[in-house]
Amino acid sequence: MTTIAANRPAMDGKALDLTGKSGSRAFKNTLATVLIGLCFLLALIPLLWILWTVISKGYSLLFDAAWWSESQRGITVRREGGGAYHAIMGTLIMALITAVIAVPIAILGAIYLVEYGKGTKLARAVSFMIDILTGVPSIVAALFIYAVWITILGFNRVGFAVSLALVLLMLPVVLRSTEEMLKLVPDELREASYALGVPKWKTILKVVIPTAFGGIVTGVMLGLARVMGETAPLLILVGYSKNINLNPFDGFQGALPTMINQDRTELSLQPAADRVWAAALTLILLVLLLNLLARLVARFSTIKSK
Amino acid sequence: MAKRIEVSGLNVYYGDFKAVEDVSMTIEPRSVTAFIGPSGCGKSTYLRTLNRMHEVLPGARVEGKVLLDQQDLYASGVDPVAVRRVVGMVFQRPNPFPTMTIFDNVASGLKLNGVKDRKKLTEVVEKSLVGANLWNEVKDRLDKPGASLSGGQQQRLCIARAIAVEPEVILMDEPCSALDPISTLAIEDLIEKLKDRFTVVIVTHNMQQAARVSDQTGFFNLAATGKPGRLIEMGATKQIFSNPTEKATEDYITGRFG
Repeated sequence: MTTIAANRPAMDGKALDLTGKSGSRAFKNTLATVLIGLCFLLALIPLLWILWTVISKGYSLLFDAAWWSESQRGITVRREGGGAYHAIMGTLIMALITAVIAVPIAILGAIYLVEYGKGTKLARAVSFMIDILTGVPSIVAALFIYAVWITILGFNRVGFAVSLALVLLMLPVVLRSTEEMLKLVPDELREASYALGVPKWKTILKVVIPTAFGGIVTGVMLGLARVMGETAPLLILVGYSKNINLNPFDGFQGALPTMINQDRTELSLQPAADRVWAAALTLILLVLLLNLLARLVARFSTIKSK
Repeated sequence: MAKRIEVSGLNVYYGDFKAVEDVSMTIEPRSVTAFIGPSGCGKSTYLRTLNRMHEVLPGARVEGKVLLDQQDLYASGVDPVAVRRVVGMVFQRPNPFPTMTIFDNVASGLKLNGVKDRKKLTEVVEKSLVGANLWNEVKDRLDKPGASLSGGQQQRLCIARAIAVEPEVILMDEPCSALDPISTLAIEDLIEKLKDRFTVVIVTHNMQQAARVSDQTGFFNLAATGKPGRLIEMGATKQIFSNPTEKATEDYITGRFG
């Protein structure tokens, strides 16, 4: 107690001055606030710009029923008409297969890292590999699958091969985010469950995962959003087809990024340019829709608070 | 219901570090036993060995014997999960499951162990909440989240959750340290009531609390930082607080410690 009093500036009977910031501190505070605000606006500019460009140039075709129900079969770059149904379905099918393979591996991997492997050599090795995988460019993942799927195994270029490459890209994203979410679950909850005589596996399944569920879903969505826009694996592992092909194991298959890429080569022609922007907008809308869907799922899986 | 615990020559280690040394004691059934002592003296660590909860931390191990009605909790072949079904625990900070309703929180021990019968669950939930002095406050909102309750209510919810699985022994690790005086009083009243059915062991930093609620008190201390904690003295609470045998105990309870 005495040391604290001694360290305080002497008061000499003057009233304690609590009026707040000195001039220079107030100035710095304002400066920092303005700078942060400016940076925020700066970051917002490209986002709004992209959205505005894509929406303004792409919206018109989206009101056409044919856009959602027809393919580009027989439509040349000079002609108007046709739709993006083949590409939308191709993107959705490949994304679905990717998620079905990648999500279980990622979540189980994250559970291993957080709940079982902590500090072991295997866990450290897995964690290191995931870091490397995060940094692998999509074209490298695509070439790797090309080497395995086509060169070694001798299969054809099909949508499923694309999904395999996308798994490599989605896995580290989902695993890392799930890992962070599981780490956020307080140990007290695990201990509370153990103290009730609940085995560890059941604690993870019924207490830890439900607590982290919202965050895990968000991670899956981020991963999906990333892979749905990937173009390199599509170019390398499946040919673009203007026809509707719902079979990912046979033949070329359209997808939104490759549809954009196809018409992009003739941007000076209005019908092609319109389709490029409309396909870009469709891709953005798909990702947005999946995001909303995931939020709803996460919302309804938790209990209402009031 | 309620069993005697006999501990002999217990040492607790975290890796190479000996946290608690040579503890022997008998904890009587249907009584409240309190452990007091300075921070870091190993009383919480020791408490957690009574239901093998310390094993959650990697590298933790135990030497010695803990007998629960003649059965050694550390004998080979004993499953820690089975031990914890018999020896329940309430923690320092209230930790209701955030994804569950009040009802499901209380029923969680049974549900997670496979009981599905809704009628039985409803019965147990009511009985446990009544037993935890919480029924009247929550009976109209059992479907609200457990986290919507106040801190003191949450802690009583956790006690209801612990007694719902009908353990023999309930361990409490500073159950009131995060609560205000009124909630603390509610918990203390509850402890008084719990000892009719259970053996209660409580760790507390609050010596008045130990004096108020417990029948027996054990004083833990450590010789110096980095040395293992030891049980210095144990006896009837009245005797420990009025006429302790050891000088260290007297210094601690009179506040002349350290």
